[in-house]
Amino acid sequence: MAKRIEATNVTAYYGAFKAIENINLTVEPKTVTALIGPSGCGKSTFLRSINRMHEVLPGARVEGSLTIDDQDIYDRDVDVTAVRRMIGMVFQRPNPFPTMSIFENVVAGLRLNGIRRKSILEEAAEKALRSANLWDEVKDRLGKPGAGLSGGQQQRLCIARTIAVEPQVVLMDEPCSALDPISTLAIEDLMFQLKDKFTIVIVTHNMQQAARVSDRTAFFSIEKTGDPGRLIEYDNTQKIFSNPSVKKTEDYITGRFG
Amino acid sequence: MTTTVTTHRPRPPAQPATLRAKRLPRYAAPAIAVAALLVAAGVVYGLGIGGPVLVVVLGALCYLAGLFTAANAVEGRRAARNRTWSALIHSAFVLAVLPLASVVWTLVSKGVERLDGNFFGTSMNNIGARDANGGAYHAIIGTLEQVGIATLITVPLGVLCAIYIVEYGRGRFAFAIRFFVDVMTGIPSIVTGLFVLAFWVLIVSPWFNDGRPGFSGFAAALALSVLMLPTVVRSTEEMLRLVPAPLREGAYALGVPKWKTILRVVLPTALPGIVTGIMLAIARAAGETAPVLLVAGGGAAINFNPFENNQSSLALFVYQQAGEASKYSPARAWTAALTLVALVLVLTIAAKLLARRNRLGR
Amino acid sequence: MGETPHRSAHAGTGGTRVTSGHEWPAGASARVAETSGNPRTPIGNGLGGGGGLPKARAFGAERAFRGLTLAAGAAVLVIIAAIAVFLIAKAVPALRANTEDFWTFEGWFPNDNPPKFGIGALAFGTVLTALLALLVAVPVALGIALYLTHYAPRRIGTGLGFVIDLLAAVPSVVFGLWGRDYLVGPITDLSTWLNKYFSWIPIFGDGPYGSSILLGSLVLAIMVLPIITSLSREVFLQTPTANEEAALALGATRWEMLRTAVLPYGRPGIIAAVMLGLGRALGETIALALTLGSTYAISFNVLQSGGNTIAANIANRFAEANDTGRGALIASGLVLFAITLIVNITARAIIYRRREFTESAA
Repeated sequence: MAKRIEATNVTAYYGAFKAIENINLTVEPKTVTALIGPSGCGKSTFLRSINRMHEVLPGARVEGSLTIDDQDIYDRDVDVTAVRRMIGMVFQRPNPFPTMSIFENVVAGLRLNGIRRKSILEEAAEKALRSANLWDEVKDRLGKPGAGLSGGQQQRLCIARTIAVEPQVVLMDEPCSALDPISTLAIEDLMFQLKDKFTIVIVTHNMQQAARVSDRTAFFSIEKTGDPGRLIEYDNTQKIFSNPSVKKTEDYITGRFG
Repeated sequence: MTTTVTTHRPRPPAQPATLRAKRLPRYAAPAIAVAALLVAAGVVYGLGIGGPVLVVVLGALCYLAGLFTAANAVEGRRAARNRTWSALIHSAFVLAVLPLASVVWTLVSKGVERLDGNFFGTSMNNIGARDANGGAYHAIIGTLEQVGIATLITVPLGVLCAIYIVEYGRGRFAFAIRFFVDVMTGIPSIVTGLFVLAFWVLIVSPWFNDGRPGFSGFAAALALSVLMLPTVVRSTEEMLRLVPAPLREGAYALGVPKWKTILRVVLPTALPGIVTGIMLAIARAAGETAPVLLVAGGGAAINFNPFENNQSSLALFVYQQAGEASKYSPARAWTAALTLVALVLVLTIAAKLLARRNRLGR
Repeated sequence: MGETPHRSAHAGTGGTRVTSGHEWPAGASARVAETSGNPRTPIGNGLGGGGGLPKARAFGAERAFRGLTLAAGAAVLVIIAAIAVFLIAKAVPALRANTEDFWTFEGWFPNDNPPKFGIGALAFGTVLTALLALLVAVPVALGIALYLTHYAPRRIGTGLGFVIDLLAAVPSVVFGLWGRDYLVGPITDLSTWLNKYFSWIPIFGDGPYGSSILLGSLVLAIMVLPIITSLSREVFLQTPTANEEAALALGATRWEMLRTAVLPYGRPGIIAAVMLGLGRALGETIALALTLGSTYAISFNVLQSGGNTIAANIANRFAEANDTGRGALIASGLVLFAITLIVNITARAIIYRRREFTESAA
C-alpha cells in the first residue's frame, strides 16, 4: 500500500516564472517526509507536482522526471486521474464539499470510481473515518453537512475522504496551518498511524511539527525573491534538527534566517 | 487499527493497477467527425430528406454517438463520459453563437443605413408615410429623462433597502423583504407598466390634470423604477455580504458606531460592485419597451418636460416604427435599435470597466 | 500562507461563498484603521454594552439611519401589495362587464358592446411559449456557461463571458425585430420540413407557417440564452477553487469534477437563473408582439401561424382600448402577475430551502 517516490531534476514553472529548480529527492515507502523552508521556496509547488495538481493552474508546467515505483507519472500515456487516485492530497484549508453530507464526502472518491453498492460504501466510509480518528465523533450524524464540523474535524474528514480511495501516497499541504493546537495534535497523531499504510509527504511551516512527525526532512530555500526554490538539504529528521551539514539549514532551524 | 486494514470483501478496485491508460489516438476525434458527416450525408441525400443543414445536425449526433462508443471501448466508461460531455458542451457553444452572431450582424448592417445627422437631430413630427427622413431625437430625449428620473428614485431606495436586509434586518420581517425582493425580480415589465397605468395614469394623475389620464415620461420613470428596484437591491445586497466580517468587526472594535461603519467602511468597500449593479439596472431599464408603451403615451414630437404630455423612448420608437406601414420605417427602426443597443452597451461596458478598475485600485 | 502564487492558498472553502474577485482585499485591515475616525465615539447599538459606559442615545444618528433603511425595506412590500391592489381595482369593473366566461372564452372583444373577452388561450400561449423557450435555452446556456468557465482557455473564457454579458443587455425589442424580419424565413422552411416528416406528432401540424409559436419561442430562447448563461457563468465561477481541487485530487475527470464540485454547489444559483429566465419568458412582451400571429385559439400546433400571449396581447391591443378595454387588459395583466408570482414564489421556496442546507453548514 505504499510506494517510493523518486524526483529527478524536477523543475516547475508558473508561466515564465520558475518556482523550483532541479529538485532531486527520494521518498521512502511508509515514512513521513517533511518539506520545510521559508515562504516562497517552492515546497508546496514541489508537493503539488507529485500528484500533478500543479498543472491544474493555467500556464503551470513541470519538467524533469517524477517516478512512483519506477513508473514515470509525467509519461505521455499516463492517465492523470489514475495518478491522483494513487497519490491523494490533503489541502491547507479543510475543503469538504459543502453540498454533501459527511458520509457523501467520505465516499465521494469511491462514487467517482463507479462504486454504487450502499453496503460497500458504508463499510468503506466507516473504515476511512475510523482511520482518520473521526468515527466516534460523527457516527451519529453521517447525514449532516460536512461543512458543519469544526475546522479540525473537517480536516480529518478531508483526510478520511482522501484515504477512502486507498491511495498509496498521501500528500499534505500544511494540513494544520488553519487549525488550533488540539486539532493539530489530533492530526499529528493520525499521521503516526497512517504511516503504517501510506507514504506521507507533508509541507509544514512549523518546525516543531516537522521534528515531531517526520522521519526524513527536506529543507528548501531560495536565494532571493524571484529566484527558483532549491533543495538545500535532505536527511533524517534527527540529523537535520540536531546536526545539519549545511550552514543555511542550521541558520533556518535555529531561527537566524527565514 | 493496523490489523483491520488488510482484507475486506472484493469490490471494484478504486486503485488502478497501472498508471498507464489506453488512449484514443489524436486523429481519432477528427476521423470520427468525418465519418459521422459522411454517414449523415449518405443518409440525408440517399433518402432525400433534407439539405446541408440536416447533414450537419445529423452528423453532430452521429459524432457524439461514435465518440462515446469508441472512447468507451478503448478508454473506459469514465473517460468516454468525460469526452462526450466535453463535446456536448463545446457544441452548445457553437450552437448558440450562430443566432446571436446573426442578430448582431443584422443589427449593425441594417442599423448603419440611417445613421446620419438627420436621424439624431429631428423628431418624427409631421413625418408622413412617404417621407424618408425623420429621426429619433425626441425618443432619445425621452429615454434619457425617463431613465434618469427612475435612477434618482431607485438608487437611494434600493441601497437603503439592501442595507436594511444585510445590516439591520432580523427575523421574519427582514426575511419577508428579502423574499419579496427576489419575487419582485420576476415581475414582468408589462405588469409594472399596467400597475403604473392603473395607479398613476388613471387614478392619481387625473387629480392635477383636469380629470384626464396623465400619460407622461414621469409615469414611465415610475414603471422603470419598479423594474430597477429589485435589481439594485439584489446586487447591493450581494456586494454588502461580500464585505468580509473582520472589516466590520475591526471598525466596531474601535468604537465606530454601526451606521458610520456602514457608510464609511462597508459601503466604500462594496461600492464598485454596487455601482456596477446600478448601471446594469439602468441599462436594462433603458431597453424596456412595454411599460413605456403603456404609460408614456408615445408621441412624435419633441417634449422636454417629463411631467406633462406624451413622451416617447428609443425602445418604444423601435416598436412603433416596426409596426408602421411606410417603406422607410424599417430603416428607422433598425437605426434606432442600433442606437439603443449602443447606449445600453456603453452603460454596461462602463459599469464593468469601472468595477474592474476600482477593484484593482483597492 | 502559500509560498508560491497558487490559488488554493487563498481560495474559500466549503460553505462560504467567495467570489474570486472579492476575496479579502489586500490591505483591508489598514482600511479599517484609516476610516475608523474617533475611537471614542459612543457605541450606539449596545455592541460593547456594560456598566459605566455612555448610554445609547434614543434619537441618535443610529436610530435615524436605521429607521430610514427600515422604511426603504418596507417600501418593497408596499409596492408589491400596491401592484396587486391597483390592478384588482381597475380589473374588477371590466370583469363585471364581461358577458362571457373570463377563463374559457377564446377571443378578445372588450371594446364591443357587450364586451366579451377570455384569458384561456392567452394564458395557454404564455405558458407554452415560455416553456418551449426554456426547453431550448437552458441546456444550451448551461453548456456555454460551463464552456466559458471550465473548458475555454482563461482569456477566451473571460472575453466571451464579457460578450455574453453584453448580449444579455440587448433589449428584447431588438430580438423581436430580428425574429420578425430574418428568422421567419428559416423557420418557415423548418416548419415545412418538420410537417413533412413528423406530422404524425400532433404538435407539428399543418400551416400556414411563419409567425408561429415555434418562431416566437425560438426568438424567446435566443433572447433568454445570454441572460441564463451570464447568471449561471457567475454561479460557476463562484465555486470555491479548493473544492474543485479536492475533486481533482480524488482522481476525478474534468466532467466528474464539474459534477461533484461545481454543479451541486451552483444548483441554487442555477435554479435562480432558470427561474429568472422563465420570468423573463413569461412576461416578455415586445419580442412576442412582433413575432406571434395573434390569434385567440388554444392549439398545440406549434408550426401554424398564430399563438398569442398575455403580454403580447396587451401590447397589441392597448392602443385601441377604451375604458373597458383597458380594464380587460389590466385583468389579463393581473393573471400574468399571478402566474409569475406563483412561479417565482415556488422557485424561491426551493432555493431558500436548499440554501438553508448549505448555509447551516457554513
